[in-house]
Amino acid sequence: MRKVTLGFAVVVVLVGALVVASYGGAAKKAPASPSHAKVSGTVTMLAVWTGAEGDSFKAVLAGFKKKNPNITVKYKSATDPAAALSTAIQGGNPPNLAALPNPGLMKDFAGRGAVKPITFAKGTVAKNYSSDWVKFGTVNGKLYGVFFKGANKSTVWYNVHSFKNAGVKPPKSWSSLLTTAKTLRASGATAYSIGGADGWTLTDLFENLYIRNAGPAKYDLLSDHKIPWTDASVKSTLKLMAQVFSDTSNIAGNPLQTDFPTSVTNVFQPSKPKAAMVFEGDFVPSAAAGQTKAKPKKDYNVFPFPSVNGKGGDYVVGGGDVVCLFKDTPAARALITYLASPGAAEIWAKRGGFSSPNKNVNPSVYPDDITRTTASALAKASTFRFDMSDLAPQAFGSQDEFSDLQAFLKNPKNINGIAAKLEKDAKAGYKK
Amino acid sequence: MTSTSVGAEFPDVVRTPPAPPPVSPFRQVLLPFSFFGPALLLLSVFLIYPAIATVIRALFDDRGKKFVWLDNFDRMFSDDIIYTAIKNNVIWIAIAPLTVTLLGLVLAVLNERISWASAFKVVLFLPLAISLFAVGVIWRIVYQQDPDQGLLNAGITVAHDVFTPPGVLHNALPSGNALSNRFVLKQPIAAGDTAKLALTGILPEDVPSGAKQAVDPKPESGKITGVVWRDFKPGGGKIGVVEKGELGIPGASIDLLKDGKKVGSAKTDDGGGFTFDGVSGSGYTMQIAPATFRAPFGGVEWLGASLVVPAIIIAFLWTAVGFAMVVIGAGLAAISRDVLEAARTDGASEFQIFRRVTVPLLMPVLTVVFVTQMIGVLKVFDIIYAIAPGSVRNDATTLAFEMWRRSFSGQNQFGFGAAIASFLMLLFLPYLIYQVRSQRKNA
Repeated sequence: MRKVTLGFAVVVVLVGALVVASYGGAAKKAPASPSHAKVSGTVTMLAVWTGAEGDSFKAVLAGFKKKNPNITVKYKSATDPAAALSTAIQGGNPPNLAALPNPGLMKDFAGRGAVKPITFAKGTVAKNYSSDWVKFGTVNGKLYGVFFKGANKSTVWYNVHSFKNAGVKPPKSWSSLLTTAKTLRASGATAYSIGGADGWTLTDLFENLYIRNAGPAKYDLLSDHKIPWTDASVKSTLKLMAQVFSDTSNIAGNPLQTDFPTSVTNVFQPSKPKAAMVFEGDFVPSAAAGQTKAKPKKDYNVFPFPSVNGKGGDYVVGGGDVVCLFKDTPAARALITYLASPGAAEIWAKRGGFSSPNKNVNPSVYPDDITRTTASALAKASTFRFDMSDLAPQAFGSQDEFSDLQAFLKNPKNINGIAAKLEKDAKAGYKK
Repeated sequence: MTSTSVGAEFPDVVRTPPAPPPVSPFRQVLLPFSFFGPALLLLSVFLIYPAIATVIRALFDDRGKKFVWLDNFDRMFSDDIIYTAIKNNVIWIAIAPLTVTLLGLVLAVLNERISWASAFKVVLFLPLAISLFAVGVIWRIVYQQDPDQGLLNAGITVAHDVFTPPGVLHNALPSGNALSNRFVLKQPIAAGDTAKLALTGILPEDVPSGAKQAVDPKPESGKITGVVWRDFKPGGGKIGVVEKGELGIPGASIDLLKDGKKVGSAKTDDGGGFTFDGVSGSGYTMQIAPATFRAPFGGVEWLGASLVVPAIIIAFLWTAVGFAMVVIGAGLAAISRDVLEAARTDGASEFQIFRRVTVPLLMPVLTVVFVTQMIGVLKVFDIIYAIAPGSVRNDATTLAFEMWRRSFSGQNQFGFGAAIASFLMLLFLPYLIYQVRSQRKNA
């Protein structure tokens, strides 16, 4: 009897699973034809922003409602929009719009036909964004996305008092950064704070040096793994990194045991900082929020990542959330066009915690000088590139590249060995 | 088949009327099923089906599209990190369950003999009320290398500094070329010469109080004069030159050496100046006392590649021992006092009673604790995630951790992850079989 019922139960379970699964393929709605009459309706939108960011985005949407009183926007946040979207698309019910954390995902969805081109917004986007940002929103010659929120990772943060004690100014070039570090050390300070326990801080440093040292063209090739990591340009960049890593008496504590937040609080102190500088992006102050009493401008400040061999002083490596159209309706078109306008970005910019890639956003709306500096560097960058490790397959860009650069931080003399290891891991990671 | 097994019992047991009412198919099949069916359904949906699906999934590639036979297992056993994971699992299994059981036993027995036993029990049991992840967070802070942050290293630093206190100017460096790395004057000097011992790397607030503007020493015959000063002013200043605004270092002790022997010593004044009287001839050298520059204790790298696994195991013991103690304590309470009394009357020592009476009687309980810990240790994950810094995850990893990392941390190597999970399942089997068998024995 036991056997019979067990088999019966398994059948029941399997049938049940099949029934549930088959519900996945519900019918898709045909896209409504666009009309130029007064637009009305409901738009659904999905993005990662919650909490304070969610509130700011809702303020942006309130600005939209003012202009389009007949359109209702339903905003939903998801911690992993990509996963949520995959499910929604399978279920045939994606939101009208969604903000994706990187253009790679957009390309992915475009390849599957899940996102719709936004050729109608081409004029607005071309007017408001520099060519790199337009290019990243384009797949196969068609515009698919609008970058609403950006992140600038090409910044170096420093302790104002340490710099003042040492009598140094923010350096503009890599070689003067090294001299500055020496002077800081002579003044009694420790120049560098490195959050090497978190591998991504090291990949960010590498990327900033690489794009300046090797140029954007090679950066693109290496991002796609079309040149090997044993390339001379990689090795010469590792050599630049080693100039910092091997200056061990000038690095605070044990960098391999220092996580990113600690690397920031090392520098962000009103007195007795453990180090004078930390390399990381515009999100650094938020990592120190509530942890120290340091005040912007008075205790800490920021300078753009310095040029290498005279190149790349205004290059920016970073990230951006790209808004894409998944279900085409006139109301959705109105919203995405609105999000591409400087007015929409300025609403959030005013509230803080936001950098807009939109070059026509008035810098004066940013709440403080520091955000103004990092945000305008982002919008006005002569060259912008996405964080290379974010674009790489996760097995490489979020694991092996981390541990390889951590091994390099431990032994900065081993340039050839690390380059070979990176190449071996990249080969494995990009295979799939 | 069902009717025979059910019906077969009746003729033997019930011989006399009233005859059993005819058993309807509803009662035969559906009634028993309605009793254990829900449990079976839940088990099938949440355990049996996932287990089978995992094994099948392990035979497909990461995207789940292509059947790849045992490729994932091949990948798994040719992966260095998986080797580390297996090695670490072996270390965990060899150390943790046994230690937990033994410590639990010792604490439980001791607990019987102290006053305030309940309070003691509560304290030891308390860590179990904290989630393993939170335990990890707590211990990560305890283990921080920076003595300003890590409790353990702070304690060691206090003890260390009693015996070898850090130098007052531990961060200082020789400035220019006059001094070697060990703060010895490189060029020999003679009577009538001056010595400029230039230092940098000293924070303004670290300069001893009372320091005054450094004074350039003037040569005097029959004497060696010199100065120790902070050779730095904002922007750097001129190296090796006493400039305005540069402070002397007061209170530094200077040794005068000749032929490697100490022939005199002096202390600097507020301007950093010092003088050696009554010297003649040449071939002198001097050094600033090394103790001035002794580096402070930097903390033990608990969470470095070599110590991270034992460090995490200790954190795990902290939570698990309390549980073992309570379970074993309950077993201990169930032992009849008469047996112990009898042993005592027969003249057995306390240790003999423990070894020959208590432990054998407790064996079933000890085994349960041990096996539970074995299983708990095989699947250890969250505490590693919380304690190990990113830079040593490859060194601290275990199979369960690697299974999560390959499949769900964003790498999406689901075939690989499923292969690891299947392998883990295989490792669990002996314990499961053992558990089932011992339960059958008890029943």
